[in-house]
Amino acid sequence: MSQGLVHPMERRRAIGKIMGLDYALLLLISLVATAGVAILYSVAETGTGFGSWHPWALKHLVRFLICLVLCMGMAMVNLRVWLSVAYPLYGVVLVLLVLVELVGKTAMGAQRWLDIGPVQIQPSEFMKIALLLALARYYHALRDEDSRRLLAHVPPILMTLVPAALVAHQPDLGTAVLLSLTGGIIVFLAGINWRVVVGAIVLFAASVPIAFHFVLHDYQKGRILTFLDPSRDPMGAGYHIMQSKIAMGSGGVFGKGFMQGTQSQLNFLPEKHTDFIFPAFAEEFGLVGGLGLLCLYVVILARCLGISANARSHFGRLMVAGLTGMIALYILINAAMVMGLAPVVGVPMPLLSYGGTSMISIMISFGLILSTHIHRHAELPRMGHG
Amino acid sequence: MKARVDKQFVFNRRALVASGFGALGFLLVGSRLAWLQLSEAENYQAMAADNRFNFRLIVPPRGAIIDRNNVVVAGVRLDFRAILEPEKVEDVQATLARVGQVIELSEQRLKTIERDLKSRGRAAPVMIEDNLSWQAFSALAVRAPEIPGVRVETGEIRAYPKGPAFAHLVGYVGKVADKDLQKENIALLRNPSYRIGKSGLEKAYEHHLRGVAGARKIEVDAFGRVIKEWSGDVRPPVPGDPLKLTVDAHLQEYAAWRLREDSASAVLMDIETGDILAMTSTPAFDPNSFVSGISYDEYGMLREDERTPLRNKPFSGLYPPGSTFKTVVALAALEAGAMPALERVNCIGHTQLGSHRFHCWKRGGHGMVNMHEAIKTSCDIYFYECARRVGPARIAKMARIFGLGETYDLAVSGQKEGIVPDPNWKRGRYGRGWLPGETYNYGIGQGYLLCNPLQLCVMTARLAAGRSVEPRLVIDSPETPRFESLPVARNHVDMVREAMASVSNEMTGTAFRNSQLDLGGLMMAGKTGTAQVRRITLAERRTGVLKNEDLPWRLRDHALFVAFAPSDAPRFAISVVVEHGGGGSTVAAPRARDIMREALLRDPATRIRLQKMAAEKMGDIL
Repeated sequence: MSQGLVHPMERRRAIGKIMGLDYALLLLISLVATAGVAILYSVAETGTGFGSWHPWALKHLVRFLICLVLCMGMAMVNLRVWLSVAYPLYGVVLVLLVLVELVGKTAMGAQRWLDIGPVQIQPSEFMKIALLLALARYYHALRDEDSRRLLAHVPPILMTLVPAALVAHQPDLGTAVLLSLTGGIIVFLAGINWRVVVGAIVLFAASVPIAFHFVLHDYQKGRILTFLDPSRDPMGAGYHIMQSKIAMGSGGVFGKGFMQGTQSQLNFLPEKHTDFIFPAFAEEFGLVGGLGLLCLYVVILARCLGISANARSHFGRLMVAGLTGMIALYILINAAMVMGLAPVVGVPMPLLSYGGTSMISIMISFGLILSTHIHRHAELPRMGHG
Repeated sequence: MKARVDKQFVFNRRALVASGFGALGFLLVGSRLAWLQLSEAENYQAMAADNRFNFRLIVPPRGAIIDRNNVVVAGVRLDFRAILEPEKVEDVQATLARVGQVIELSEQRLKTIERDLKSRGRAAPVMIEDNLSWQAFSALAVRAPEIPGVRVETGEIRAYPKGPAFAHLVGYVGKVADKDLQKENIALLRNPSYRIGKSGLEKAYEHHLRGVAGARKIEVDAFGRVIKEWSGDVRPPVPGDPLKLTVDAHLQEYAAWRLREDSASAVLMDIETGDILAMTSTPAFDPNSFVSGISYDEYGMLREDERTPLRNKPFSGLYPPGSTFKTVVALAALEAGAMPALERVNCIGHTQLGSHRFHCWKRGGHGMVNMHEAIKTSCDIYFYECARRVGPARIAKMARIFGLGETYDLAVSGQKEGIVPDPNWKRGRYGRGWLPGETYNYGIGQGYLLCNPLQLCVMTARLAAGRSVEPRLVIDSPETPRFESLPVARNHVDMVREAMASVSNEMTGTAFRNSQLDLGGLMMAGKTGTAQVRRITLAERRTGVLKNEDLPWRLRDHALFVAFAPSDAPRFAISVVVEHGGGGSTVAAPRARDIMREALLRDPATRIRLQKMAAEKMGDIL
């Protein structure tokens, strides 16, 4: 579109964009990430006691700050660009998923990782975002009257199920379900017939026992059985859930205090820095802290929904809603899991859990949401270009 | 009216519905959190504390065993040890291999650990090694944190500073055996560092010495590593009570030293109180080697030794008292009026009973002897005659008055009561009547009659005191015991005592050469005894009885000697039995004399008397 050196107009526009960032949202995100840093500091052993920047807190902070810059950078990028890269991105990640299937690295019994030189990536994690972009792109192009037609929803469903099936085969049931749910949210928001929604739910419910017997791996079955009856496996997953509940419950209303969480510090709480970070937080900061954190998440999600509602383009609207839904699913599934309301699946708590992939994917999501916010007034052409 | 169909309208409506579901989800999660942290908080707090805290048992220090002068004969010393907690170990062999890289673990040790692991189950900790050197202990202490389930600790362990001298009397402690646990299954006994009394006083006074276990609150992590000891939350153990013995450690050690080369026993008593001042059994063993578990080889050697070092001979060694019993026979005869003290019996070296000839130890005979001379020279013929006149029942009665055939109230197990035979006993035991020849043998302390060295000492003490002295091993009350007079005429007892004095102090006494105290006017009164182990055949008598030196050790006579001193005002009584030692006068008497001399020299009252006598002598000279 524009060419040549940076025009004063361009510069003014760039400054305007920076000024137009949703700083309130950035602040809220930073608050949650800070809580993550604090709790990661608290639960780290030093050898003589507890409370250490090493090995998690500092890295978490640095990762967050880098991702924050990345996120703000992404926010500057025109929504139009995201629209145009949606399909290619989806295609590339899908290819990567197939590659994982063929040459992927096996870790902890599942093929999830792809070794690319110095970095290992987990394509399934990026598929969630690529899928959302692609689906938003698809529905963006759909004419209003077509969205009532059932047939119009078949491609998005396939676009969801193909990567979900690939991920499920790794096997990473948690991500596969999350992927399906995220795709499902978009299809639902795009206006698929209610009867289909209800039908799908019924079908899903009916297929659960069948899937349980014929599709799931033993360890997956075990997890679900353990969820239903924690005493079945007191030393394994049941033990984890029990210890997680003890951690939260013993925190009481006001918590045991910063660096005072015995359950996490004495390692009774498993994976206290990743999937089970929320119980560690709730142990030290109590109900006040736990509910406070949940409220913070709700405010973030509400703000994202506002951005979605205010977006003029259907692409932006749908994408932000999908991303918000995805983040909400992360939070709810993780919280339900650590509280013993859902089976143990490896879903991290956004911004709180330690882990690079999770941090990048969440911050990319926020980058896209912020981009939609800045470009909320942009009218996008219905067809990809022009 | 046609519904709006544009995408935005549908989206807004659907987004609202989805948000509603989301809100519901958050409400659910939030209320679950509130439920956990509000109404269940107390439960979970208790569970968190349960996770976090453990109690570790503190073994109480075992009560010391001290002698009459408060010298410690069984105490405690610092011990370094390594303990395995199998609960926290996945692969025991690998863990032990890692420990083995730091400290040396013998095959024997590994076998013991394996056995303990099997019998105790996974919950009970097991001793890997105790009695570690400081080097080994510190090396392991550095490495132990990297080896889950292995910890080192310092503790106290039983120590016997006097070693073998008190081995039989005090006994020893050892690892708690399964049968101990069957009797009494308490946490303290399951602790791998606890040692239970296995023999002697340690066993008899186990509960007195044990004390009460304490507990220490410790904070542990999920892997069972100790994070912190809560010094404020300690319930200190109650130490075991000390046990004060009547024994004088010096005399005990002296006696053990004096008998060091023999298979022998010595018992020394205070005749006024009944206090056992020394009770020695040789050869002995080192009780310290039992504390941390004696090796199989060492134990086997002790068990197979023909001199029976594991046996507490004063209690369980039974011997015919031989001639030492003649004092009792003499009193039985005097009391019955069957043999007046001055009546003489002609000893020609043998006497005839039917077709059987009974011999005197002196081939040529003693000639005409009265009771005093008969005791002094230990004439057998005289006592055959005494016994014949008195009869076995009255001899048995007198023997019982002198404490033979019974066990004393000493708490320690292992006393054998021996045999004081009489016709009733024989009928009960063998279903046959008493033979006259058995009465003859009874007269010289042979035949069925059996007693242990403690009984011999009590017999002598009763004779010396004229009271029914009861032996005492433990000083458990401040008052000194009082004893009843013996139901025997005083002049009869005096008569026998005088005869015993001449045994030691007259030229013709059987122990004259070997029982002189060499303490000026202080003299000892004794009686020799030689208990025959084998039967001397007629053929042998004809060709000359074999000397003890020419016989294998196991066939030699037992040498016995009983004595009291000072002869004019008795304080102590002693019995010495040297198994297969030969003659009582040549072997047992000098040993008894030395021990007695040592006892007299340690006695304050006797020392004053000695000084007085020395001063009088000086006065005479000046």
